[in-house]
Amino acid sequence: MKNFDVIIIGAGSVGVPTAMALAERKVKVLVVDALASPGQGQNKKAIGGIRATHSDKGKISTCQRSIEIFSTWEETHGDDIGWIQNGYSFPAYTDEDAKKLQDLMVIQKSFNLNIDWLSADEYQEIVPGINMTNLKGATYSPGDGSASPLLAVNAFYFKSLQYGAEYRFNEKVTRIDINGNDDITVTTDKETYTAAKVINAAGNHAAAIGAMAGLDLPVEPDSHEGAITEPVQRFFGPMIVDLRPSEDPATEDSANYYFYQNNEGQVIFCLTPKYLIKGTASEATSIFLPQVAKRMVSLFPKLANIKVRRTWRGQYPMTPDGFPIVGAAKEYPNFINAVGMCGQGYMLGPGLGELLTRMVTYELTEKDEDVLKHFNPYRDFTGVEHFK
Amino acid sequence: MTTNRILRHPVLEVTEKEQVPFYWNKTKMFANQGEVISSALFANNVKIFGHHHKDGSAQGIFCANGQCAKCTVIANSIPVKACMTRVTENMIVESVEGLPTLPDVDGKPDISDIEQVETDVLIIGGGPAGLSAAIQLEAHGIPSILVDDKDELGGKLVLQTHKFFGSVEDSYAGMRGMDIGRMLAAKVAESTCVKVWKESTALYVFNDKKVGVLKNGVYKIVTPKVILNAAGAREKFLRFKGNSLSGVYGAGAFQTLVNRDLVKPTERLFIIGGGNVGIIAGYHALQAGIEVVGLCEAMPKCGGYRVHEDKLKRLGVPVYTSHSIVSANGEESVSSVTIAEIDNTFTPLPGTEKTFDCDTILIAVGLESVSEFTEEAEAAGMTVFSAGDASEIAEASSAMFNGKISGLDIVKHFKPDTEDIPAAWYEKAEILKSHPGPDQAIRTPDMETGIFPVVHCKQEIPCNPCSTVCPEGSLTMDGDPIKGRPVFEGKCKGCMKCLAICPGLAITLVDYRKDPENPVVFLPYEIGNVDVAKGDTIACVDVDGNPLGESTVLGARPTKDSNNTWIIRTQVPAAIAKKVVAFTIQEKAVSEPTTEKIPLDHIRDDEVICLCERVTAGDIRYMVRKGARDMNQIKAVTRAGMGPCGYKTCENLMLQIFRAEQIAQEDIVKNVRRPLYVEVPLGKFANGGQ
Repeated sequence: MKNFDVIIIGAGSVGVPTAMALAERKVKVLVVDALASPGQGQNKKAIGGIRATHSDKGKISTCQRSIEIFSTWEETHGDDIGWIQNGYSFPAYTDEDAKKLQDLMVIQKSFNLNIDWLSADEYQEIVPGINMTNLKGATYSPGDGSASPLLAVNAFYFKSLQYGAEYRFNEKVTRIDINGNDDITVTTDKETYTAAKVINAAGNHAAAIGAMAGLDLPVEPDSHEGAITEPVQRFFGPMIVDLRPSEDPATEDSANYYFYQNNEGQVIFCLTPKYLIKGTASEATSIFLPQVAKRMVSLFPKLANIKVRRTWRGQYPMTPDGFPIVGAAKEYPNFINAVGMCGQGYMLGPGLGELLTRMVTYELTEKDEDVLKHFNPYRDFTGVEHFK
Repeated sequence: MTTNRILRHPVLEVTEKEQVPFYWNKTKMFANQGEVISSALFANNVKIFGHHHKDGSAQGIFCANGQCAKCTVIANSIPVKACMTRVTENMIVESVEGLPTLPDVDGKPDISDIEQVETDVLIIGGGPAGLSAAIQLEAHGIPSILVDDKDELGGKLVLQTHKFFGSVEDSYAGMRGMDIGRMLAAKVAESTCVKVWKESTALYVFNDKKVGVLKNGVYKIVTPKVILNAAGAREKFLRFKGNSLSGVYGAGAFQTLVNRDLVKPTERLFIIGGGNVGIIAGYHALQAGIEVVGLCEAMPKCGGYRVHEDKLKRLGVPVYTSHSIVSANGEESVSSVTIAEIDNTFTPLPGTEKTFDCDTILIAVGLESVSEFTEEAEAAGMTVFSAGDASEIAEASSAMFNGKISGLDIVKHFKPDTEDIPAAWYEKAEILKSHPGPDQAIRTPDMETGIFPVVHCKQEIPCNPCSTVCPEGSLTMDGDPIKGRPVFEGKCKGCMKCLAICPGLAITLVDYRKDPENPVVFLPYEIGNVDVAKGDTIACVDVDGNPLGESTVLGARPTKDSNNTWIIRTQVPAAIAKKVVAFTIQEKAVSEPTTEKIPLDHIRDDEVICLCERVTAGDIRYMVRKGARDMNQIKAVTRAGMGPCGYKTCENLMLQIFRAEQIAQEDIVKNVRRPLYVEVPLGKFANGGQ
């Protein structure tokens, strides 16, 4: 039976950067994943946006660190992960939405976030061709950005191998045994491993993994479909998040959607259904493209001529309040959950990986403790995430 | 005016088309009315359509079938596939240099709902299989929609100028492929139950049991009860140094340019692959007045029908078996090809390299089924049938027959009381699919009197028209009535019907009646663009193309069926009379190697695996050696498979690298396939109106 300091369940958005951070600190780490290579779960479904401009201290601070890691990666390690600092923007088409965004901006500014209000004309300069009818303006946070989830997770993976992390792919965890302070035993369909600590970073499957340890984790995936276009010359700057729920009876099933042009020149977009589609089915439906196309073309008519290349469907592993669950189980202090990323695992991952490392090595700072309060697994989950 | 048009063709009708002016990078040119941009550009001698944004490599024609995006040009400010977009009057066409710029748009966008359409059967593909199925569905009154991405039904049949093998009774053997295609298309066009959607591409079978179809530029969502996948096949590609130069493309693209659009895309052609597709492409090239420098086949024997291969050799095209391509040479475009003999591990043998001047290299190394619609439908839990190449790669004659069976299977699905399909049909379907048998000796009649046919047919292949057509019943199949070899026994009155119908041009008639010492020999001939007239001297050859000496043409006339096969009459000494099959038309000088020395130490990593994203063999090998076994991971890191064609070309090549690196098949995880089948502008999904 092979023994490790830490076993991470899930080689995805959270598991891989965590393994990298742990291995860098010489912690003997094993990552187990049921799929064939890193990031093959929901990580590769992420569209790649990375922002610090959230509404709570936990995510803000974690993502600020993530942005540092993403943005300096190429400089530090040499490989291109497609990072561009293109910023995020939330246009408002009603006074009500404008007010909501501006009120939130006050909170965000209080965290020293680089975010400002652009007038409609100013916004048009960074998004030439945007529908100006009733445009009230937009928030714009130029410090946010994007990178390729595919390149990033692989860059983290290969780096973690260099640091000594081990991986077992195509292995499904079937059983977890915890006995007091003894090492935890993790059994897969192929082998059995032990470790002093186990991190559940199983994304969509977090609740099932939790259940193996006797925990009831409130994480439930719901579906979102995304797509990518052909590459063209850069024609707009920031990520655009259209928060408005659709008013069109034909597309009323959709809530918000968002898109940006990545480092390759391709536009990537994703739609949030209004009525949640629960479960982990990942097959494409005929509903998505007509729904999202109408909305995107109305907002930004120029997009009518860009060719859609590929679509996919993935999940947000959601918690009841839209905030992640990060922390040790009360019953089993060596079983740590880093789950329920609510569709933000990719941007939270690198920051979270370092935080989890400090948790494992008992080096949590005061700031960390503060962040973790927001991700407390034992909170009452009655809060509301201001903008998902 | 234009320079690369085919003005004379022995089989295809050359008609004068209305000339439509357009501009290519500001130069005024003319297209034929209704012609696609790529063919118009080729006709105007423009073969490079732009340069790739990643490495500046020349881009142009590759599939000519709407499947990749290598032929992208800017037409009236919008990036489009040149092979699928028609030239319109005064169209401004520009090359794509790097990434295209998305044009600004004026006014409010067109937004409307997408039409939902219901039908019992959706047939994807209007080729031989789809059309044959449609005829059965129509006969039994099953409401169906047939979608096909071209403006003319018939699939690849309409590109086939040669006569077809198969059986006369089941698959119209002896008729030219294009005529069969048009006949089937005309039958289906009269349908009332089967609606035909031309220029319509199925984009995906979604998991909610709906199929997205771009119908003539308008997106529709079709809900069928049953799907018939008759989407055909795609061509496999090959990796070699220079494989992405302009001028390297598939035989399908070549046939489209030459036989559909009557464009002469090349002066000198070299063909890689000795299957039926490659051999026929060579034959089509000769009919289009193109020099065929040679054909090479990696195996010790061509995989195509022997009669096809012999036909090509007799006309003067060398066939190099146990040879493989080493490199395509040239800066942006092909200027020569280097081949070499290979050993049984496919390793080139030093010192055997030969280099030939050519401007185009056709890759005809096999086909693979377009199976994704079947897989998607199965995943969605739908009832799905498949027919033709989409189900199993075989000849079109087989596709027609099993398309008919699939059509009846579907009828039975809706109307269980209909008659059962006779068991004999399934046996026949197998026979029509069968591969050629081993070479056997030609059976020449012993007699040297009267007139009789000599059948120069060395292999068992599914082909029987000669036995069907003989009015005396003197040609019978030895063994199986379809795939046996024909034997002559009995009377011959010299009607020439067998000679005229044989798709392999493998039957001659020898007439001893006038001069037994110097009998008259009648030879079939189909390269009518090269004139042969009374009094000409011809270089007679035997079945394999070996010279037998010269003779004089006594007469040349078309066959009675006026199907563009000519009969050439000549007189030769009795010693060779039964051996003469044809005469060489291509000068030996055409296929002489150059003295240029292209060394064998080819840089392996120059081989491009993913043409769309310009990923080399070295990039893939690096990942494999780093431990990657999941093609999704290799894609994530290298972008191989992330381009517009959607791993249609690179997947096989990547699997080859895995094999070469000795990775076990079961360790390899294949790419996940996602919508869409081809790229579609976002605006099409936003507007269901015209």
